[in-house]
Amino acid sequence: MVEDSLSSNAEFLSGWEMVVGLEVHCELKTRTKLFCGCMNAFGQEPNTSICPVCLGLPGSLPVINEHAVELAIRIGLALNCRVDESIFHRKNYFYPDMPKDYQISQYEKAINENGYLELPLSKKRVRIERAHIEEDTGKTTHVGGDGGRIHGAVHSLVDYNRAGIPLVEIVSAPDLRSAEEAREYVSELRSILVASGASDGKMEEGSLRVDANVSVRRSGSREFGTRCEIKNLNSLRSLGRAIAYEAERQVELIESGQVVVQQTRHWNEDQGVTTAMRSKEEAYDYRYFPEPDLVPLCPSKEWVSEIGSRIGLLPADRRKRLTSLFEGVESGSTFDQIVTVVGLGLDELVVGAVEGGADPRLALARAANEVAANMVNQANLSVEAFGELIKMESAGQLSATQAKTVLGKMLESGYRPQEVAASLGFEALDTAVLEALIDQVISTSPKEWERFSSGEDQLTGFFVGQVMKLSKGRADGKVVTAALHSRRA
Amino acid sequence: MTASTIGMSAFEIATLVRSKQVSAAEVTHEHLALVKARDGDLNSFLQISEEAALASAKAVDEMIAKGEDPGALAGVPIALKDNLVTRGISTTCASQILKAWKPPYDATVILKARAAGAVALGKTNLDEFAMGSSTENSSFGPTRNPYDLGRVPGGSSGGSAAAVAAKFAPIALGSDTGGSIRQPAALCGIVGVKPTYGLVSRYGLIAFASSLDQIGPFARNVKDAALLLQVIAGHDRMDSTSLGGPVPDLLSDIENGVEGLRIGVIEELIDGVSPMVGTALDSAANSLSAQGAQVEHLSVPAVKYGLSAYYLIAPAEASSNLARYDGVRYGLRVEGQDMNETYVASRTKGFGPEVKRRIMLGTFALSSGYYDAYYGRAQRVRTMIIDSFRKAYESFDVLLSPTSPTTAFELGAKAADPLSMYLSDVCTIPTNLAGHPAISVPYGEGENEMPIGVQILAPALGEANMFKVARALERGAPLIAKKLFWE
Repeated sequence: MVEDSLSSNAEFLSGWEMVVGLEVHCELKTRTKLFCGCMNAFGQEPNTSICPVCLGLPGSLPVINEHAVELAIRIGLALNCRVDESIFHRKNYFYPDMPKDYQISQYEKAINENGYLELPLSKKRVRIERAHIEEDTGKTTHVGGDGGRIHGAVHSLVDYNRAGIPLVEIVSAPDLRSAEEAREYVSELRSILVASGASDGKMEEGSLRVDANVSVRRSGSREFGTRCEIKNLNSLRSLGRAIAYEAERQVELIESGQVVVQQTRHWNEDQGVTTAMRSKEEAYDYRYFPEPDLVPLCPSKEWVSEIGSRIGLLPADRRKRLTSLFEGVESGSTFDQIVTVVGLGLDELVVGAVEGGADPRLALARAANEVAANMVNQANLSVEAFGELIKMESAGQLSATQAKTVLGKMLESGYRPQEVAASLGFEALDTAVLEALIDQVISTSPKEWERFSSGEDQLTGFFVGQVMKLSKGRADGKVVTAALHSRRA
Repeated sequence: MTASTIGMSAFEIATLVRSKQVSAAEVTHEHLALVKARDGDLNSFLQISEEAALASAKAVDEMIAKGEDPGALAGVPIALKDNLVTRGISTTCASQILKAWKPPYDATVILKARAAGAVALGKTNLDEFAMGSSTENSSFGPTRNPYDLGRVPGGSSGGSAAAVAAKFAPIALGSDTGGSIRQPAALCGIVGVKPTYGLVSRYGLIAFASSLDQIGPFARNVKDAALLLQVIAGHDRMDSTSLGGPVPDLLSDIENGVEGLRIGVIEELIDGVSPMVGTALDSAANSLSAQGAQVEHLSVPAVKYGLSAYYLIAPAEASSNLARYDGVRYGLRVEGQDMNETYVASRTKGFGPEVKRRIMLGTFALSSGYYDAYYGRAQRVRTMIIDSFRKAYESFDVLLSPTSPTTAFELGAKAADPLSMYLSDVCTIPTNLAGHPAISVPYGEGENEMPIGVQILAPALGEANMFKVARALERGAPLIAKKLFWE
């Protein structure tokens, strides 16, 4: 989770405060679309998962997908929202990727309202105004012209496979005060969405898309500044950079005597700048009105509580469970590792390994570093195999370096650690062999050994290094250290 | 074949076909021949689907040959308003914007009618997107009244009404948003029904105003209308607004008479009707009274506001429903320099003046800053109307009113004056706003010897009583002496 530093921005903003609210669009992990039976699948041939309903053909009508409602309720409960009766509205605007030229969304009465999300590190509560259900649009690809935008494009291609995919839009209050907080919020939200089973949380596939409302104000001021909305931030990195840039841009404008114009802006990842898409004067009037083709959504209390009982452990609970394996780690590097591991959904791996007898700290570290760095292959790693690896490392059968190498190969291949270690020739040194190596080192460096024996601990490294060298890296540093110390005594 | 089936009821034809006295193919050929010979003058059909009709008829005959029962509408020719989507058969809404569109699916009502053995002859004319009361707003030329080719058949389902009145088919399907089945039924001297909202699936009905639209039957007698409604009614999982629960039995009690039923004549809907329409209504009330019903006048005050509320709600929904005709995916596309120009050019060329007028009205009514004053207030009026009817139905089983304030008017008489055209629906609109059922039953002739229709209104799912009263009214009604244009 190491991202590029934003400290320069914090410095720049001295005397200023940024105010950020986020709208996160989350694709729900249903089998079918929101209003029809077409498959909800990513990466299909364009325009193959379509029917009269999601194409909005004349005469077709929407019918709500019950599973989508259930997943939306899970999100609401996980975000501490009030889940209640809701209705659908039509949001009218013309665009080629909108089959009906209106989007079915929730406007006045959303299914989930008034919740909050607690940031894991600062424990700050970010208010959730609403988390409502809506349908996704199709996907437009502009061919030719300026950087894939419609302006100046020669022609545009539309894929309606995405049209009608169920979304929940999660709208936060303007409670975030820095780019770091915004990233922490999205990261935690993503963990919650994944843990609740509502979404796969894949930002790179567009399962999570973030719009950021950014404004700035003088430190201590209670008034909000004029805000700009930055559309479609598709990674945590873009999110952090775009917010930092935008706040900086607004401060510069104000400090040079200009004003911030309320507008929608586009983030250009390559150039690292936001540019205006449209201003408020040309903003759409969406002419919302209640969707007459759908009836109000009235989930019974029984159903809601049944759904609640089916939600698994949420990230906060998962962090608590991991924390309980250690003593006093409410903050610090171990807690950071816990946040990382839970954020990536690797906590079951660690808990399982520990339950199987593995050392908690080592299991956590290997998960937070080596496994986290290789998430693509994470599915290859079983809890058992991971636990065995950690135990082999703790027992000195593998050195730290060897353990990392073995873990890497395990992630790629799915093999057991013993198999991988054997194939790499990583069998641990026999105690007798190790003792023989130590004898050899003592005989070649008698003076140093005398000093070490009389208590000069700074020579530990020297001797370990010598033994390691003779063993051609097969010895475990910790085991060697222990052996040297016991020999000295 | 012994006798001609032209002019026979749906019941009679189905009985003959099921008892092998006539084949569905013979019935179909006979009706198609009449349409081809005579519809040039009437323009009730936009398209005759001869091949599909003969294939359906053949399927019915094959079932009968195998000893199977094709259903209650075995071999009965049916005409379909061209806003009902038909798989592989062009469906235009009488609009240039959908001129060449062939839907990839069938409306639920089409599937149900076919499953009952009905044979669809083709698609009938309408006011473009069902917006109008005379069928003059069709972009493929107006339909004429089969009793007087100089007069309109009413609308918007004028093609279906004229086809059934002209005996081109014993039954037809139309759609009714503010009176579009009942008013043309009245003007053409036939029976037309607007069912309870949700009784018939709207899946495959091209939307005009979704909260008001309802598909319903046309027939030349009350029992045929009940039969067709019985076939097409029922829950459809493709339509969220379709009602669950059992479909009311519309036929069992239909001959049981009106003895003891309480019938109220709505005073607000008598004001301003033509003298002969007023007289016919009195006569209808007397007839029902003579058959044992308790008939009284009553006031349903809120219906006065129906027209104003309707002309905000219907255009508002239409402005959104018709947004999809943008030239991007199907239908007419007129290329412009960029996306916006293409939208504008396609819609400018594709839509007629009345459709554009309503899109603009509706867009305005929904605009930010105007929503509460227009759309919001119209919805409150709608609630008032529902309350007003609820009170009325505490004291009455069904209500009575004229269907249309006048008999059929001349072509062009109201075409230049949208407001006077809108007023033709003043008696029919309140039921749509309430979501209730209503039926128009022919009741003799009025001005210019043109047919008059009497409307029977019932509470939600009150169709069985409504048909019982309609049948009683039909028994006592004076006949239409005037000849059809081809007779």
